[in-house]
Amino acid sequence: MELKYKIQGGNFNRAGYASSEVKKVLKQLNVDPKIIKRIVVALYEGEVNIVAHAFNGLATVTIDAEKIKIVLKDSGPGIPDVEKAMELGFTTASPAVREMGFGAGMGLPNMKKNSDFMEILSTVNVGTEVVLMNYFSK
Amino acid sequence: MKKTFHHAFGVDKSICVGCTHCMKVCPTQAIRIRGGKAELMANRCIDCGECYRACPVHAFKIEEDDLSAIHRFKVPVALVPAVMMAQFPDNVSTGQIYQAIHKLGFSRVFEVEQSVNFLKEKMMEYQQKNAARPLISTFCPATVRLIQVRFPALTDHFILLKPPHDLTAELVKNNLLNEGHDENEIGMFYITPCAAKIAAIKSPVGEEKSIIDGVINIDSLFNKIMYLLKNEEGISAADERTHLGADAITWSLTNGEAKHMKYTTLAIDGINNVDEFLEKLENEEINNVDFLELRACDESCAGGILCASNRFLVQGRLLRRASLSQQKTNNKSLTGKEKTEASAFLESKMTLDTIDARPVKLDEDLGTALKKMERIRELMCFLPGFDCGACGSPNCRALAEDVAQKRANISNCIFIQHTSLIDRDHAGRIIQKIWGDESLNKDCSKKGAKHEGN
Repeated sequence: MELKYKIQGGNFNRAGYASSEVKKVLKQLNVDPKIIKRIVVALYEGEVNIVAHAFNGLATVTIDAEKIKIVLKDSGPGIPDVEKAMELGFTTASPAVREMGFGAGMGLPNMKKNSDFMEILSTVNVGTEVVLMNYFSK
Repeated sequence: MKKTFHHAFGVDKSICVGCTHCMKVCPTQAIRIRGGKAELMANRCIDCGECYRACPVHAFKIEEDDLSAIHRFKVPVALVPAVMMAQFPDNVSTGQIYQAIHKLGFSRVFEVEQSVNFLKEKMMEYQQKNAARPLISTFCPATVRLIQVRFPALTDHFILLKPPHDLTAELVKNNLLNEGHDENEIGMFYITPCAAKIAAIKSPVGEEKSIIDGVINIDSLFNKIMYLLKNEEGISAADERTHLGADAITWSLTNGEAKHMKYTTLAIDGINNVDEFLEKLENEEINNVDFLELRACDESCAGGILCASNRFLVQGRLLRRASLSQQKTNNKSLTGKEKTEASAFLESKMTLDTIDARPVKLDEDLGTALKKMERIRELMCFLPGFDCGACGSPNCRALAEDVAQKRANISNCIFIQHTSLIDRDHAGRIIQKIWGDESLNKDCSKKGAKHEGN
C-alpha cells in the first residue's frame, strides 16, 4: 500500500500531518505501539526538516506486511556535508526557526535513532532525499 | 478468554426514531443505524454519554438499580458525590438532603470526596516516584476507556490509584465491619452523575471486582428527594455530616486535580477536546506536560449526563460551598490517630492493576489488516465524501470500513445507488433495511411536525 503526503516548506502548523495520518493507519493495522512510536518520531522529524529548510517536499510511504518504507524527497538547498549534519546538535536552522522551538540539531540523529535503516542522498541547491525503513516484527 | 465489556447504555427501540444525531457525535464511531434504530458496538463504546446528550427523543436508557434494591441489605449505605449535593436550589440545605436520603431508606450517607485529601497526597507521591510523562489521571472512567480504545500507546501513563468513590467505599465498609456488622448486611450504593461510572463499577478496569453493590442515578434520586421535600413536613438537618474541605468539594470540577499536581499540568474537559489533545500527544508533538487531568464532560462532573441541574449552576454552588468551607473550622474531622489508621488502611487498598489497551483494529493479522485497509482506500474512491450518514454509518470512511469488515454493503450509499444505476425497487429495499419499514411514512406526530405530542 502506498500513501503520499505533500509537505509545504515554511508551514510549521502543518508539520506532523503525514506522521499523524501514518500513525492512524498503523494503529488499525495492529502494529506494535512501540514500533509505531519510532516511526512517528522519525517521520515527524523528517517533516519538520522539510518545513524548516526546503521549499516543498513529498513523503511517499509504502507499507507491506513486514515493513514500512518512507521516502522524503524535497526541493531545497540540499545538505553540503551529510556527515556533519548527522552530528548531534549541529544545525543550520535560522534564528527565526530556532525561536519557534525547532532546529536544535536533533532532527537527523533522531531519525537515525528511530529507524532500522536510513539513507540520505543530497545535492546542494537541488534537494534532499531521505529513505527510512522500519520492520514490524519485534 | 475474551472479556466482554459491560455498558450502562441501551437503546429503547420503541422510542428511537433512527435519526443520526447519536451516530454523528459518537467519538469512537460505535453507533450504526439498522432497521431504523441505533445499534451500539460494544467493543468501541466508552460510555461517555455523548449519544445520550445528543438524542432528541430521549431513547437512550441508562440502567440503574431500583431504589428497592437497597432493602436487600440491613445496612444500606449511600455514597454521594459532592455534585449531587449541588443539584438543589439554594434554599435546600445539605442537612435536609442528608435527612431526605435517610428517609428514602439509607441507614448511612457519606460524601465520596472524603478520601480526597489522602488521594491527593498519594498522587503527588506517585508523581515523584514515576518517570512516565505525562501522568494521566484515572478519575474519569470515560477518558480511561477512550485511551484504552483509541490511544493504546498511552495506557502506561495512567496513575494507577483508585478514584475517591472507591477509596471512600473501602473506608466506610471497613468502619462498618469494625462496628460489628456482617459483610453481607452492608450494601454500598453509589449515586452517579454519569453512565461511565456505572460501567466502571459493573465492569471495572484495573481491579477484579468493584466494592460497590449498586448504582442509583443522580436524576432519579434528585426527583425522589424533591418529592419528599415538597410533600413531607419536618425534614431538617441531619447531624452526621462529615466536613469536606475546599479541595475535596472542587475535586470533581475541572482543574480539581490538576491544580494540586506539580510542574506543568493541564486540565482538559469535553470528550472531543480530550481526543484532540491525546492525538497530538500520541503524535509526539507535545513533550513538556507532566500531568493530565482528562474529563469527558464539559465542566467535568458538574456536566455529567445524569445531573438534574444546569452545569454552570452546579459548578457555582460547589465553588460557593468550597469558599464557605475554608472559613469554617472543622469540628467533625478525624483526630490525628484516626487519620493515621485510616491512611494506613487505605494505602493497602489504593492501587489499581495495569490498565490494558483494547484498540479497534482491522484484523489481528497484519497482512489481512493491510488488505482490508487497501480495500477501504479503494472504496473511498467511489464514495462521495459528503459524510451524510444516510447509509447508516457515521461517515463515508466508516462505511468503507464496514464494507471491508463485511458489516455493510457499498450499495447502502444512496449516491452509489444512483451512480451504479440500481433500480428503484432494489434501492427502496436497501433504504428500508437501514431505516426501517415506517420511517419514511408521513408522520405528523414527530418532533417539530404539526401534531407533535399527539
